[in-house]
Amino acid sequence: MSKRAKQLLENELHAYVDGRLDAARRAEVETWLTEHPVDADRVAAYRQQNDTMQALFNPVMHEPVPLQMYPQARRRSYVQPMRYAAMVSAMVLSGILGWSLHGAERNKQPPVMAMVNRAALAHVVYTPEILHPVEVGKEQEEQLTKWLSKRLGNNIKAPHLTGTGYELMGGRLLPGNQGPVAQFMYQDAHGLRLTLYISGKMAGKGEASFRYAQEGKVGVFYWVDEDLGYALSGEMDKADLLRVANAVYKGLNQ
Amino acid sequence: MDAIITEQIPRLRRYARALTGDRFAADDLVQDTLERAWAKLHMWRRGSDMRAWMFSIMHNTFINHIRKNRLDTVSMSDDALEVPTRATQEDFLQMRDLASAIGKLPYEYREVILLIGLEQMSYEEVAQVLGIPLGTVMSRLSRGRERLRTLMAGENTPVLRRVK
Repeated sequence: MSKRAKQLLENELHAYVDGRLDAARRAEVETWLTEHPVDADRVAAYRQQNDTMQALFNPVMHEPVPLQMYPQARRRSYVQPMRYAAMVSAMVLSGILGWSLHGAERNKQPPVMAMVNRAALAHVVYTPEILHPVEVGKEQEEQLTKWLSKRLGNNIKAPHLTGTGYELMGGRLLPGNQGPVAQFMYQDAHGLRLTLYISGKMAGKGEASFRYAQEGKVGVFYWVDEDLGYALSGEMDKADLLRVANAVYKGLNQ
Repeated sequence: MDAIITEQIPRLRRYARALTGDRFAADDLVQDTLERAWAKLHMWRRGSDMRAWMFSIMHNTFINHIRKNRLDTVSMSDDALEVPTRATQEDFLQMRDLASAIGKLPYEYREVILLIGLEQMSYEEVAQVLGIPLGTVMSRLSRGRERLRTLMAGENTPVLRRVK
């Protein structure tokens, strides 16, 4: 067989594997394959390759899309978007390092700063979730706050952020530095999410002044009020976040 | 306008996962591709094929990542394997072999094989997306598939020997 004829045959075999032939050419290839078992084996193997790669990678299509991939997330972010993966791994790493290697040093860190750190970490871990952003949804708000109050040993309220455009989605219980903590999540019409992290057993200094910290691209406003530490985290600029922090404070003290 | 880009994201992620074999490298590639697409959206001709346009942007981004050595670890990690619950043990081994064999192919072959076998593009579309002649698509497809077959057969050989 000439080189050219060989090439043509080869192309025809692949087109057969990929279902690109009309009935007449398909029949020709099938006749050829019954007489050439080596080619028939190859064709079967190539088909198997296609089927296996579909089985292997199709499930990726059904995974939740990271929030950062939506244009809404991009436009609303004033800071150059840091990669989600890098962000999470860096924060998880710093968390793990802080926890295991530098445990002693971490203990010297004021509990409020440890709270801010963990609040920002919890924010980046849970806000990209599509299916399970919260453990208990807002439709069971009463049970949610009752449960969290019991676990934290304190009266926990999920403030409503009326007038800010953010709606309560629900909340979850998380392990904190000093026992259980609560996280409430809020979302606006564009899908941008905020989290409010509430930690008990905070030695209150009697004064509830807002402080601000930046953890990667996550901004955090935090304060202590009557033994409870609060940290509001969001990926937005400071002024916008402060506006919401004020609404949170107001909502808590209603 | 955003929707025509965002509806491509699941496909882009599937292809990127297969191409890089790594969850984080794949999403990094997708993220960069999306940034470029948004920045260049004014250059897209309305009515033309958005999938082909997005995949050619991803191809360029992928080449860039390789050049910048952001993708030097190309072997498939177990992490990249999403095994459907109904898969049998045999299917699982088959999938694991294929995943590791894909990772051993030169990226030029990998792209062609995946665009055709996974993304189910026509040969002409692949030529357009990768900016190469149709003849090159066909020769990469033929060599790539054959190499994949040998790699997978090779990985099964020790098992066969033990049976003897």
